[in-house]
Amino acid sequence: MTQRIRLSGVSKEFTVNGTKSMALDDINLTVNAGEIYGLIGRSGAGKSTLLRTINGLERPSSGKVFVDGVDIGALDANELRELRRRIGMVFQQFGLWNSRTVYGNIATPLKLAGWKSQAIRNRVAELLDFVGLGGKAFARPRQLSGGQKQRVGIARAIANNPSILLADEATSALDPQTTTEIVDLLRSVNDQLGITIVVVTHEMDVIGRLADRVSILSDGRVVETGDIHQILAQPNHPVSGALVGPYTRTALTEGEKSSLRNQFRGRRISVAVGQHLDDDPVISRLARQHHIDFTIIQGAVARVKDQPYGQLNLALLGDAADLDRFVTELADRVVVTEW
Amino acid sequence: MVNELELDVVIPKVAKALAETLFMVSLSFFLAAIVGLTLGIFLFATRPGQLLHNRVAHTALNMMVNTLRPIPFIILLIALTPVTRALIGTSIGPSAAILPLTIAASVGIARVAETNLVAVDPAVVEAATAAGARPLHILFGFVMREALGPLLLSLTFIFVALIDATAVAGAVGGGGLGNLALTYGYQRFDYPVMILIIVVLIGLVQLVQFAGNRLAHRFID
Repeated sequence: MTQRIRLSGVSKEFTVNGTKSMALDDINLTVNAGEIYGLIGRSGAGKSTLLRTINGLERPSSGKVFVDGVDIGALDANELRELRRRIGMVFQQFGLWNSRTVYGNIATPLKLAGWKSQAIRNRVAELLDFVGLGGKAFARPRQLSGGQKQRVGIARAIANNPSILLADEATSALDPQTTTEIVDLLRSVNDQLGITIVVVTHEMDVIGRLADRVSILSDGRVVETGDIHQILAQPNHPVSGALVGPYTRTALTEGEKSSLRNQFRGRRISVAVGQHLDDDPVISRLARQHHIDFTIIQGAVARVKDQPYGQLNLALLGDAADLDRFVTELADRVVVTEW
Repeated sequence: MVNELELDVVIPKVAKALAETLFMVSLSFFLAAIVGLTLGIFLFATRPGQLLHNRVAHTALNMMVNTLRPIPFIILLIALTPVTRALIGTSIGPSAAILPLTIAASVGIARVAETNLVAVDPAVVEAATAAGARPLHILFGFVMREALGPLLLSLTFIFVALIDATAVAGAVGGGGLGNLALTYGYQRFDYPVMILIIVVLIGLVQLVQFAGNRLAHRFID
């Protein structure tokens, strides 16, 4: 796989009122060509600062940022502007130029890149179709809804056929329905145009639906990096767990468990739900085979990039020996925890 | 003592005074717009984090504007008399009023221009930077352009303030409607003429404000 972006030992120090703080602390990560890479963390974790080092809006205090193998810290002002024309960016508050029409907003990066006016007209029309704003060319940004503004933002960002799109909390100002539309649009930018996307967000839901790989940031550090499926199934760091937990709703608190223990006095198990449960209805099959019954006492299943994630908590009913065989065989196929 | 309004005598005088006022206001506004907008752009661009950020230059410009702005216009007018006489050859009449009017309006425009530029959403600059625009292009093609609507309203305010200031200039022999109003109203107690002039002034200000609003709203959406 081609490396599109590489951050090597990137740190950023800020001095506020004489006290130094590390916004970024020794960040190392690699984004491959064609993937959607998620950066997630709570507000203040440094994710936007990190994103902004990729197009040089933020200069690291130490460390290097490579885009397509080029150390962007070594570029002069002209070369940096050239690079920025090949990296699109979308913003949380859209960052549209209100004094320009929708057409003017989308055409501006093309003018900056030296496109001819006829080519600009064709390209803007094509982009408006792509983002679903065909009739809005001469509307003013203030006349648009939030979702429409972000569509303009995306059209503007991808106008000059960039190889990279940086999305800085692109859906955080939008309602859930509009978020879904923008997430879908970003996926088609990636699928259809092959643009590598780096997504910064605090919404696990957005990462779950978009990202191929994820880095989790906390206090300026990457605490965990991995494939989205791996992070959702088995978060290894407490911060990852805290972000993933509410999304896949896997966690029962100890308090919940003890009250459920009083209510369901037999055996209780937690079953991690993953792809294998789509392929094979193992719980009901084994229950029938071993003549046991179960009640689903708590649980949820979310679907992330077409795969199920979650946990089901079952109270088991039946003969003790049958239950043993059921639990043992089930544990061969899926992750089972008894509590 | 209240006189009959002798329109055939009064109207030509009012017309002449109106022409003088318009001459003073237009010329000083034009000159002040050039000087003031330049100063305002430098005041903005030398701020921390901006294109030409330079603490010394910013402080110097800021102090200059702050020194001139609080001086009451009538004092500025009198204080500048020797300079006016040296530059224009006379210290009375509409031409002589141009210099102090221009200076007062320039510092006013400098300040409102700076304020309007500072008020532009930093996201405008960020998006332009991320799109690979050059610094000067960002300042004139993005920041100035976004600020244009509010700036036109501010300039309208300054234009109206200039009409007001010409009346003060009139008090010390600057000519124009202010001078005429004072001559009739204050020295001759001819209230009908004074009221006529007030009506003309109100009409003028309304017209300017209307035109300014119309123009500005083409750039505010």
